[in-house]
Amino acid sequence: MLSREELTNIISGLVPGAEFPEGKQLLEVIVPAESYFSLAEKLKSDPKIAFNYLITQTAVDFQTYMTVVCHLESTEFRHMVVLKANLTDRENPAIDSLTALYPAAEYFEREIFDLFGIRFNNHPNLKRLFLEDDYGYPLRKDFRDEINIIER
Amino acid sequence: MSEEIIKDVIVGENEDYIINMGPQHPSTHGVLRLEVCLKGETVKYLIPHIGYIHRGIEKMCEANTYQQIIHLTDRMDYLSAHMNNEAVCMVVEDAMQVEVPERVKYIRTILNELNRLASHQLWWCAFGMDLGALTTFFYGLRDREMILDIFEESFGSRLLHSFNTPGGLMHDVHPNFQNRIKEFISYFRKKLPEYDQLLTGNVIFQERAKGVGFMSKETAIGYGVTGPSGRGSGFSCDIRKIAPYGAYDKVQFNEILETGGDVFARYQVRMAEMRESLSILEQLVDNIPEGDFTAKMKPIIKLPAGEYFRRVETARGELAVYVVSDGNKSPYRMKFRTPNFSNLFVMNEIAAGCKIADLIAISGSLDLVIPDIDR
Repeated sequence: MLSREELTNIISGLVPGAEFPEGKQLLEVIVPAESYFSLAEKLKSDPKIAFNYLITQTAVDFQTYMTVVCHLESTEFRHMVVLKANLTDRENPAIDSLTALYPAAEYFEREIFDLFGIRFNNHPNLKRLFLEDDYGYPLRKDFRDEINIIER
Repeated sequence: MSEEIIKDVIVGENEDYIINMGPQHPSTHGVLRLEVCLKGETVKYLIPHIGYIHRGIEKMCEANTYQQIIHLTDRMDYLSAHMNNEAVCMVVEDAMQVEVPERVKYIRTILNELNRLASHQLWWCAFGMDLGALTTFFYGLRDREMILDIFEESFGSRLLHSFNTPGGLMHDVHPNFQNRIKEFISYFRKKLPEYDQLLTGNVIFQERAKGVGFMSKETAIGYGVTGPSGRGSGFSCDIRKIAPYGAYDKVQFNEILETGGDVFARYQVRMAEMRESLSILEQLVDNIPEGDFTAKMKPIIKLPAGEYFRRVETARGELAVYVVSDGNKSPYRMKFRTPNFSNLFVMNEIAAGCKIADLIAISGSLDLVIPDIDR
């Protein structure tokens, strides 16, 4: 198991423009949306760190931008990293799909598309998972449903 | 002439034959629809359709306080209600930097294992029934009743007991608690060999379970299949061992790993886990320390702004809670990584090429709880 500093040193050498915010519970790395897929690919294939298990993938709507959050773990070394990418375009948010690396990502991404409206490039089957096609994106903060949700 | 007639009879020989299994099929144990494409009796591929009981729990969390959220988590995986509660409680305790009393840790761990036993018993009886052994259903439910009685005596509810609160427990356990558990352990130690005699050694059962639904270790890691289903493929994923919480660092137990990867391996993992749970209970039940049943908490809980992540091992795998807080009394965003969500979607991978009757065995061996998938 590598320490946090060692992991930071290895990951910062993999792609340019990676940021490491301080004072977080877990090691976090924020990358631009363009290098999101290439960093995930290197995190998985590098034998020194070998992040081969995608625990969960989700998104958070911060009103001015949206963040895609991936929790990755190495089943060999048992260290964890949180991979994040910020998307500023709220009308047509899009990012690369991780399905080619982690099969589990296929349905996590369909869920994110269903609830946040984030599109995933190169996704094999990007359809809504729970809701109907004409429903809004309920986990966005500007979602309004006057019939079912009472504002307090 | 005769050849032409035969050609006419085999209409659609090269077409896919699609049937819908569910949403009301008894073997899915809930409202799940599997769109199965068949070639003769062989499954070509299957597509799971979910969302029949999607309640939007993650959206509801954004409007509720942390104490209220605990009651929502019961309704995800209702057979692991206690573990789901504990995950949320531990996230809050981590964020508030509250140290829970030792007594709470012991009682929570005991309840975890009782809940895991009850869940595995229900799985065992339903799995046997899926494969045509009706007697298992009576045996399993008879023994599970004793655990539910212990729950009822202490918390008043049998299935959805929101007994955990952030910082501790709702109230102290019933004075009979320890005696009832000891009674149960000695009773179930005698009954567990009957389970093996009834089903494990049965030739018909073994024929249906061995070599069916093979899942490799790489598939299990790639799809994130955790819990007994993943450990049946040799994927070491027991959170109780990886990141011990509660009193798990004070007890001796083994992580059960099988390398078979088929339905029978997953069955054996769960049977062995029942024995491990009994041994954990035996080690803890006499050593519950005296003390408070809750730490001192403020009546209104506001998490400091930030992000928190916590994992627990439920009866079906890894439950992770991810909270983004902006400092208010309800979370800004709450995400539950539920074990069944990941466990379901591996089905297409492992069921392709098997017979349609084996599909029942495979879905039974993955031990799916549908409200946990839909949330």
